[in-house]
This record gives sequence, C-alpha cells and structure tokens, in this order.
Amino acid sequence: MATVTQSRDIGFLKEQARIVRIEILKMLTQSGSGHTGGSLSAADIVTALYFYKLRHKPEDPKWRERDRFLLSKGHAAPLLYTALALTGYFDKSLLSTLRKTGSPLQGHPSSKMLQGVEVSTGSLGQGLSIANGMALGLRLDKSPSRVYCLLGDGEIQEGQVWEAAMTAGHYMLDNICAIVDLNSLQIDGRCEDVMKIDPVAEKWKAFNWHIFEIDGHNMEEIVNTLDEAEKIKGKPSVILAKTVKGKGVSIFEGKVEYHGLAPTKEELEIALKELGENGK
Amino acid sequence: MGSREEQKTQSTDFAGQAVATRDAYGTALAELGKRNEKVVVLDADLSGSTKTAKFAKAFPDRFFNMGISEQDMIGTAGGLSLTGTIPFASTFAIFETGRAWEQIRQTLCYSHLNVKLVATHSGITVGEDGASHQALEDVALMRVLPQMVVIVPSDGFETKQVIDTVAEYEGPVYVRLGRAKVPAVMPADYKFQIGKAYKFNIGRDVNIIANGIMVSAALQARELLSKEGIDAGVINMSTIKPLDTEILLEAAKSSKLIVTAEEHSIIGGLGGAVSEFLSENHPIPIKRIGTQDTFGGSGKPDELLKLYGLTAEDIVKTVTEFMRK
Ligand SMILES: Cc1ncc(C[n+]2csc(CCOP(=O)(O)OP(=O)(O)O)c2C)c(N)n1
Ligand SMILES: [Mg+2]
Repeated sequence: MATVTQSRDIGFLKEQARIVRIEILKMLTQSGSGHTGGSLSAADIVTALYFYKLRHKPEDPKWRERDRFLLSKGHAAPLLYTALALTGYFDKSLLSTLRKTGSPLQGHPSSKMLQGVEVSTGSLGQGLSIANGMALGLRLDKSPSRVYCLLGDGEIQEGQVWEAAMTAGHYMLDNICAIVDLNSLQIDGRCEDVMKIDPVAEKWKAFNWHIFEIDGHNMEEIVNTLDEAEKIKGKPSVILAKTVKGKGVSIFEGKVEYHGLAPTKEELEIALKELGENGK
Repeated sequence: MGSREEQKTQSTDFAGQAVATRDAYGTALAELGKRNEKVVVLDADLSGSTKTAKFAKAFPDRFFNMGISEQDMIGTAGGLSLTGTIPFASTFAIFETGRAWEQIRQTLCYSHLNVKLVATHSGITVGEDGASHQALEDVALMRVLPQMVVIVPSDGFETKQVIDTVAEYEGPVYVRLGRAKVPAVMPADYKFQIGKAYKFNIGRDVNIIANGIMVSAALQARELLSKEGIDAGVINMSTIKPLDTEILLEAAKSSKLIVTAEEHSIIGGLGGAVSEFLSENHPIPIKRIGTQDTFGGSGKPDELLKLYGLTAEDIVKTVTEFMRK
C-alpha cells in the first residue's frame, strides 16, 4: 500500500473531506446501522489530521515515531475507518464489511482486530486518560511524537474526562492535543438540555489547558490551529471545535435522530447528490 | 492508613520470612525498577500504604501519582503501556477493581494492554478500617474478565517471585496483596509460575485448595486433621486464572472431598472457580471456606478471621462434619 499523500493545501484537504463524507455514508448505508451525525461533524478535523498533520506511515502502523490519534468518541468509528482506508492502512473494499460478523471493522474500534487503531474505544470518557499515558510514555522516551485525542461534547459529561484533564495540566503534557467536537447534540437531545456543559472554555482553562476556539468546518482554521497548538509549551492544548452534527448533508444537519441512524438508500442518494459524488 | 509497620527485612527474597505481602511488593518493585528501566509505577494517593513509595523515592521520574482518581489511573497506565513501558498501578483492592472495573475491562483487557494491577489491602485482614476498605469481591470482578490473569500470593517469598514474573509476562494481570503480616509458607526451593499451583501434598480423604493467607490456615488444618486420623492434602492455587486444572483433577480423583479456602467471598472467587471446573469435569463434594455473602467489619485481623470463619479450626470443623456424615 502506498504511503499517504499529505498536504497542507486547503483545496486538497477540502476535497479529501468531501470524499471521506461520501465513503462514511456509503459504508453506513451498506451496514444498515451505525453513527452518522458524529462521524460527519468531525470529518473535517479528522481529515486534516490524517491527510496533513499526523506524522504516520500507514504501511508501518506501529512505526515508533508516529503521532498517535485516539478516537475517544469511539462511535464515530466509520470516520476513523474511512480515514485509515483512504490513507492506505488497509484496502478500501473492507469498508463494506462494517459491523458484519467477523469483520475487523467492529461497531466500535478494536485495536486487536484492525491495524491503525491505537486502542479500543467505545465506552465514552476513557480516551483522554489513555492519551495522557501515551504522552507521559513518549516524554520518558524523549520522543517528539504528539498525541491527538478527539472527544464528543456529550462525552465531556463523564467525570473521568476531568480527572484526565487535571492530570494533563498537572504533568504539563504539551505533547498532547485534545479536540472537542462541539456539535451541541448527544443522544437524548441538546447537551444544553440533557446536562449543561457550558462554559466549556472556562472549564479547560481552569484545568490549566491552553484553549483554541475554532470553527470545526473551516479547513484553513483547523490546519492553522493544529500548527499553532504544536507551538504551545508547558501546557496541554485543547481545540474547542464548533461543529454541526451531520455536517455536509442537509437532511442530517443538526438532527438529533441521526446520531445513531444509518442513512436509508433513498437518503444516501440525496446525500450523494448534495456532496456531488460525480465531480463537484 | 493505620499504624506504621516496621520492616525487619534481612534478605530481599523474603524466603522463610513473616512479612506483609505489600511490604514484599514494595521492596520487590524497587529492585525490579533497578533492573528494568521500562518499569513505571502509578498510584492513587496511597503510595505509603501500598508501598510503591519505595519505588517513587528511588525513581521519581518513573513514578506518577495520579491523585485520588482510580479510573484515570487505569487509563493512563494503559496509555503508558502503549509506548513500551511496563506500568504497575497500585491502590487498595476495592478501589482498583471496583471503582475502575469498566476501565480495566474496556481499556486493559479488550486491548490486551501490558499493565500490572497490584492491589493491596484485600480481604478482612485490612482490620480496623472496616467494610468500606475490605475487598471481598475483587477476585470475582477480575476473574470474569477475558484476557485477565489473576494471582493471589500466599507469602512474601511468593509475592517477590510473582512481581518479577508478571513483569516478564505480556498482558494484563491482577495481583492481590494484603496489609497484615503473614507467616512464610512456601519452601525455599519454590519457583512461582503463572498458572501452576503448588502441591504440598495430596490427601486421601480431603484436599484443601487455598490461596493467600488461607494457605497457612490450610497447613495448620492439615496437622489438626491428621491427629483425628484424617489424611488431608494442601494445594496453593495462587493463580486463580488460568486455573491449574491438572492438579485439581488429581486432587479430586484422589479424595472424597475438596475444600476451598480464601479470604474472599465464597461467590465468584477461588471457591467459585474450583466448583465450576469440578462440577463439569469431575463432580465431587465441595465445601467453600470464605466470607458468606457478607461485608466485612472493623476489628483486629485475628479477631475478624475468627468472626468470619476463616481459621484453621473452621476448616477442620467443615471437614470433620462432612466425614462424620
Ligand atoms: C460510557 C458510555 N455511556 C453511554 C454510551 C452511549 N452513547 C454512545 S454515543 C452517546 C452520545 C455521545 O454524545 P457526544 O459525545 O456529543 O458525541 P457526538 O455528538 O459527537 O456523536 C452515548 C450516550 C457510551 N458509548 N459510553
Ligand atoms: Mg455531541
């Protein structure tokens, strides 16, 4: 498998994000179940990571000097699988086996079953602790590698996230970058109604993190912020990315029902048209 | 946590020495740290009690105090293992296995991470702190997890060997240690192996399968029973998972009764494991010595052992009552 083509070119990254969305929707429709909304909301961020920021070698997934990406919101597995497939970790044809019996593409990512998955996730609230442990280990090793960890906004209601936030602040883990996908929705409704998480920025600040607040769909801003975050020393960084759940397809955007619903064939057709499957 | 116990350690392999298993751990861990640079240690604000403080003092850069946050400690240990270190994470048994059970399941076991959970203050011999601090369910909680290895050493000598051995083993391990001083029971030529029970002897009437502090009680019971003309065998089943089924079958086939003895609930621990295996493979009467589906309580360890029926006399009584029938 070829080494991933990475570029900082915004046009290139936007195009990759469009393809990523198409692949996510196709695989979800084929499997008939899975998480649409949260895969689409984080698609631009994860595209920017895999196609630009991460130092990684898909042909050598355990390369010692790689940067690590942890999908703490493990239900966005279709997004991770698509990014892995399109950057060459495994053959794209595997995407059609999502959630099928025996498939390495489990409903939530399994590190023992699929190359490129750093650690199994799916139970919310646990990823940042693991990311911290990696960051501590890399620091002991004097490794320049960085650790990226993507969390959901509903997910940060979990107490363990704040234990981990305290740990990263205490140990001044500047080799870690957390990203919170602020799509305002969780399963039972709006975060604001289910369990208010605001003020989010102040919380992270209070735990001794450096804050970036961005539009999580503005590719230029995402890329610039990922670069800026790398320059912050003595503190962990968190990117608070304002997003739209289901982004890219009008019938899914901001719709809480599509958190865990896969598109029907008809919905897929509408979606592909909007995403301009055959050229833009 | 309670009074400070002095350490009168002469040799550091603890052969023949009465010592709390947690003290043997503290020493073994610090020595391991010297030999193996990959070893890192995490604790959740109990390093003085779990004895990881010894390692912390010797290797401050490789020790991480996580504060009072057990769930975060497990995840962080998992992450550390993914960068090639060998993390030992310690706190009291109830907090390690109870508070962080799901983190252990999802993060350590499902991804088969190389983390060693070494918990102290298991069982009722915790003493005065009482029920909130006495884990009587931890073995059950750990044993049910796929990928997990579960070890309950009987004395300081065995503990030291367990610590050295699990550092070489790749994968998650739970080691259950105690607070109180325990007598030495294992012979000087004993070599611990994961999944290998130690046979003191096989009895013709009854075989007592014990671990932890109950090995010593089982050996005393054997002497008392022989005075009554009952031939008893004793096996130290220090690894509960994987269970040494070969020795179990031998013991069951040679005697009329199997007794299990552990400082843990009779539900789900050693008694559970032995019963599950023998009922399917060689049905035979089994009596389980342990706490009887109850919480512990405050008191002096020796008094509690009597109160909860965990003494040599309790084993003897169980056996003689069965034999009389
Ligand atoms: C510990 C845990 N509790 C509950 C769930 C079920 N669950 C899956 S996704 C989800 C909502 C997540 O919301 P959010 O973090 O905002 O994710 P996103 O909106 O990005 O999809 C819940 C409750 C889970 N996976 N883990
Ligand atoms: Mg959300």
